[in-house]
Amino acid sequence: MNNVVILPVIIPVIAGLMMVLFRKKIRLHRLLSVLALFALLLVSIFLILQIETVGIQVLQAGGWPAPYGISFVADMFAALLLLSASIVALFCLLYSFRSIGREREEHYFYPLFLFLIAGVNGSFLTGDLFHLFVCFEVMLISSYVLISLGGTGRQLRESLKYILVNVVSSSLFLVAVAYLYALTGTLNFAHLSVVVAKVGQEGLMTTVALLFLLVFSIKSALFLFFWLPESYSAPPTAIAAIFAALLTKVGLYTIFRMFTLIFYHEPQITHQFIGVLGAATMVLGAFGAVAFSDIKKILTYNVIVGAGFVIAGLAAFTADGVMGSVFYLLHDILVKGLIFLIGGAIIRLTGTSNLNEVSGLIRYHPYLGWMFFISALSLAGIPPLSGFVGKIFITKGTFQAEYFWLGAVGLLTSLMVLYSLMKVFMNVFWGETTLSKEKEKGTTKGLVLPISGLTALSVMLGLGAEVILPYVRIAAETLLVPSQYIKAVLGLGE
Amino acid sequence: MEILMSLLVGLFFTIGTYLILSKNLMRIILGTSIITHGVHLLILTMGGLKNGGPPLLGESFAAFTDSLPQALILTSIVINFAVTALFLVLSYRAYKTLGTVDIEEMRGTADE
Repeated sequence: MNNVVILPVIIPVIAGLMMVLFRKKIRLHRLLSVLALFALLLVSIFLILQIETVGIQVLQAGGWPAPYGISFVADMFAALLLLSASIVALFCLLYSFRSIGREREEHYFYPLFLFLIAGVNGSFLTGDLFHLFVCFEVMLISSYVLISLGGTGRQLRESLKYILVNVVSSSLFLVAVAYLYALTGTLNFAHLSVVVAKVGQEGLMTTVALLFLLVFSIKSALFLFFWLPESYSAPPTAIAAIFAALLTKVGLYTIFRMFTLIFYHEPQITHQFIGVLGAATMVLGAFGAVAFSDIKKILTYNVIVGAGFVIAGLAAFTADGVMGSVFYLLHDILVKGLIFLIGGAIIRLTGTSNLNEVSGLIRYHPYLGWMFFISALSLAGIPPLSGFVGKIFITKGTFQAEYFWLGAVGLLTSLMVLYSLMKVFMNVFWGETTLSKEKEKGTTKGLVLPISGLTALSVMLGLGAEVILPYVRIAAETLLVPSQYIKAVLGLGE
Repeated sequence: MEILMSLLVGLFFTIGTYLILSKNLMRIILGTSIITHGVHLLILTMGGLKNGGPPLLGESFAAFTDSLPQALILTSIVINFAVTALFLVLSYRAYKTLGTVDIEEMRGTADE
């Protein structure tokens, strides 16, 4: 029992609720939300250190023993994701101070932002299937409001589609929960894992597993990503960045949890299927990224490629593959947030997201340009930067599992990702400077600071990979050996 | 009994899917509501429909019905209630702003 485990959920909820009381006090909102996210950062570092020394941390809510109550479980995988989520949230928040506008701030932007974080953290920490559904809904309802906040025509239109897709996929989630409850009679992850191992994963259980895969594929834009590009282009930059950094990653995290802890008995069916989904996602996402000449579209399609890449490591299901996926997930959260922030800054400067209407931005904005360059190389996986470490481990994993086609698709799409981002860089930053200093539509004042902070962190993640890798290794080990998780949650008696 | 309920749930899903695939926004929202009804009935059915007393300890029955699915459904109903309310308000707002409830006409233009 460790009460710290619940803090990442409680802190943002309490801070958000306090802000709702003082609607017009924007300074208070800003102060409280920065403090809350900073506290989250400290709590997640504390959790990581504790897990490293003592092992998986568990909190049984209300003191009820494991299968009967709701358990909050913090293993290394969840704690690492908590850390990177709180980092990227903090920088998106700093970015939104200068960019979101007073109108939105007065209409509960900061409380909604914190509720979104609470939902994300809850999904990372929960050890119960239905509680996972509830945390998903906390996250999604906040995101519905954030995506439509401001009420422009485009936001309204896209939010309607986004809500429809998510309502349907939430219904499917409940259907899957109902089937699994009928088959096993329990909802606790650890207990589910025990029961599924006992009855074996045959016919019906594999069907339910694939239904779960379908649900989380919709949530994490894995192959069923038709809803993502438009919905992520509609909201303002700070919101789009936090969506791109966190929302799909929660779906990916859940796929990892489900298919390493509960449904790991029929890998030739489920994991191969995951591999095919991953390859299709990477290819289609890369085609989208190459096809468009709109900054927002290119960036959103890169989110999709990233999702496919992470899942390739799971499909391989070897120690290296899973380790690579965990590392790539951490990198992807930081760098996707970063590149969306930079893209937003470019659009703010030029007033357009069309590549062909802008050129020569590097003359007056060298810092922005080179930071975009660094994050583009990092996303493509160029050696000293953070994307490389994850990609090399995932590729190694897929080759070890003899999924050569999957590794090859991963490498080829990396090339296409590099091409799509370099297209943005060369069109926007190189060439003749058509936009003089006076004609700029907006200013990057105050925006460069969070961007450079995040860039520095992502570079450090690449250069200091040796520091992070031991933790990632622990995370991968607990994913590959579910008995540790089960023992921690159900106690030693089981 | 479970078979009858399953058929009913299937019917709900069919109608809901048909409505979601239509063009009118109101019909789509109705479709999501009907699908959610189907989901709630499915959770109840999957918990088992054996005879037993209502899950209240004051009653002196030998066996009680499973109380867990009822708690799940109660949670899901309120969540869905909130989402449907938000969805309806947003569609009203979209009607005011965009001037249509036909989703075929809700396409983006280049100048946005």
